[in-house]
Amino acid sequence: MASSAKSTSFTAVRKSVQMGDEAARLVTLVFAGGILLITLLVVAVLWDHSSLALYKFGFHFFTSQNWDPNSDEFGALPFVYGTLMTSFLALLIAVPLGVGAAIFLAELAPPKISSILTFLVELLAAVPSVIYGLLAIFTLVPFMRDTVEPALQSTLGFLPFFQGQIFGVGYLTAGVILAIMTFPFIISISREALLAVPREQREAALALGATQWESTFDIVLPNARLGIIGSIFLGLARALGETMAVTMVIGNDPSIKASLFAPGYTIAAVIANEFAEASGNLHLSALVALSFVLFLLTMVINGAARLMIMATSRKGA
Amino acid sequence: MQPKVSSMSSPSFPTKMHIEPHSSGAANTPTSKEAKMRAANLNFFYGSFQALYDIDLEIQANRITALIGPSGCGKSTFLRTLNRINETIRGTRYTGEVLLDGVDVKSQDVTALRRRVGMVFQKSNPFPKTIFDNIAYGPKVNGMTSKQDLEVTVEKSLRRAALWEEVKDKLQKPASALSGGQQQRLCIARAMAVDPEVLLLDEPCSALDPIATLKIEELLFSIKDQTTIVIVTHNMQQAARVADNTGFFMLGKLVEFDRTEMIFRNPSKKETEDYVTGRFG
Ligand SMILES: Nc1ncnc2c1ncn2[C@@H]1O[C@H](COP(=O)(O)OP(=O)(O)O)[C@@H](O)[C@H]1O
Ligand SMILES: [Mg+2]
Repeated sequence: MASSAKSTSFTAVRKSVQMGDEAARLVTLVFAGGILLITLLVVAVLWDHSSLALYKFGFHFFTSQNWDPNSDEFGALPFVYGTLMTSFLALLIAVPLGVGAAIFLAELAPPKISSILTFLVELLAAVPSVIYGLLAIFTLVPFMRDTVEPALQSTLGFLPFFQGQIFGVGYLTAGVILAIMTFPFIISISREALLAVPREQREAALALGATQWESTFDIVLPNARLGIIGSIFLGLARALGETMAVTMVIGNDPSIKASLFAPGYTIAAVIANEFAEASGNLHLSALVALSFVLFLLTMVINGAARLMIMATSRKGA
Repeated sequence: MQPKVSSMSSPSFPTKMHIEPHSSGAANTPTSKEAKMRAANLNFFYGSFQALYDIDLEIQANRITALIGPSGCGKSTFLRTLNRINETIRGTRYTGEVLLDGVDVKSQDVTALRRRVGMVFQKSNPFPKTIFDNIAYGPKVNGMTSKQDLEVTVEKSLRRAALWEEVKDKLQKPASALSGGQQQRLCIARAMAVDPEVLLLDEPCSALDPIATLKIEELLFSIKDQTTIVIVTHNMQQAARVADNTGFFMLGKLVEFDRTEMIFRNPSKKETEDYVTGRFG
């Protein structure tokens, strides 16, 4: 009697555990399906609302440099170029500095200093972008116009990137502000990746007669490479989509110039600037088509990141 | 089971080194000719916590010295002072002396010291690189650049670690693809690639099965003629099998240090006897 009661309560427990498993599976399924559904919905909506422009201009939309709402001419190239160029400049500046700072915080700085600096860096990551934009207008733009860009022109002026008139606003300034904004992400994630490298890896290198630097560069960095790559792509994602701060410093000129001092435009910036006052359905549709391009761009870059991570993890540990 | 003691009736064995006149106390006593390394009056601290007390111990050249004792007694700490790897931990310091060939290790260039005194860790820790690059790393940081020299060294080291036959066709594969026992032998090969004069091993077999353990013990025997070996082990049979001399640590003190045979058959201290007969730890 007692034993049978025990066994039924036991089966009851088993049952409820099984039901818990079932429920968990169901919830997971619902969420996974939900994510897929949202993605498809985004694509469908973007496609639907951009079809007018895409139908009218066809592939020409992606190759045309002409963006003129007054004569209903819309080409995406200056914005794609501006988006890619400013993000590239941002990474060019932020990756070496950010990874270097992460190495300093994780490997060299005394723990107290490291934790204070890390706290400050993480604080910077949370500052709204409009504040970076204001800061840039008041300090970065004049600094670039009066100091950095003239200096670049006088030293590297033989390169087409550093020729032409200096405005203060433009690709380079936008790249710098994006670098400043992606910097905290790269530092704090890279730092965690470095700290997560097992002590035994460092010790193994040191025990072979490697110096501190050799151990850091040859062993610790490769161990942390996945996290560092991840931090770079996260920074890139932020740079690609950043709207406010870029709009405030890029000059908002839809044309492609070789000079990095020239004003330009990005996808996110033009959407923010023109959406509310779009001159007609075709204009609106062209803006949505641009956002579709941005969406695809981020998808492609994320895919590339996955592939890169897969490739490097197969080669190593 | 009576521990099997390897035959070692060589007359050159000193008896009870800790009470022998030439190795007792004073740091400026000249070390005996055979002492490859020596700790004198060693006190070690992690911050304010003292982990080692007054350790005096001689490591004889081309012999295997085993360090045994209950967990937490300071075996690893002692081993890690010998190649100064402990100083990478913040807040550590020691008093007393550690000598290599009669020269204080503190006065030597630390990278040169660590090339001469290699180390194998408890958990195998291959680099996330290929098998070849794991072995070649030590020679590279010590200045070997020619591809041909590196190839020769890699093969030689893998042969010494009895791993060559198993990996010669997959040198460009990641080291992580090897089994646990192979990884540990790879780590030994990696340490051997810089031709260390002393090899320190910290419980190298604790995660291995008996066959892999046996392979590593055979490997130690085979390199002993060129290398002085210090091995920490919690496995007393292993100490009895491989070691010429054995030191018993307890609570940060070196309780007894003697020929392995004496430690296991005729220990002079009650604590040692309790430990080796299994009444403790
Ligand atoms: N990094 C460290 N910081 C502080 N105390 C430590 C550290 N490593 C070891 N200890 C302490 O030192 C003592 C000896 O440790 P250890 O040398 O690892 O012992 P064993 O190798 O014999 O097990 C233990 O009490 C341990 O808690
Ligand atoms: Mg230990």
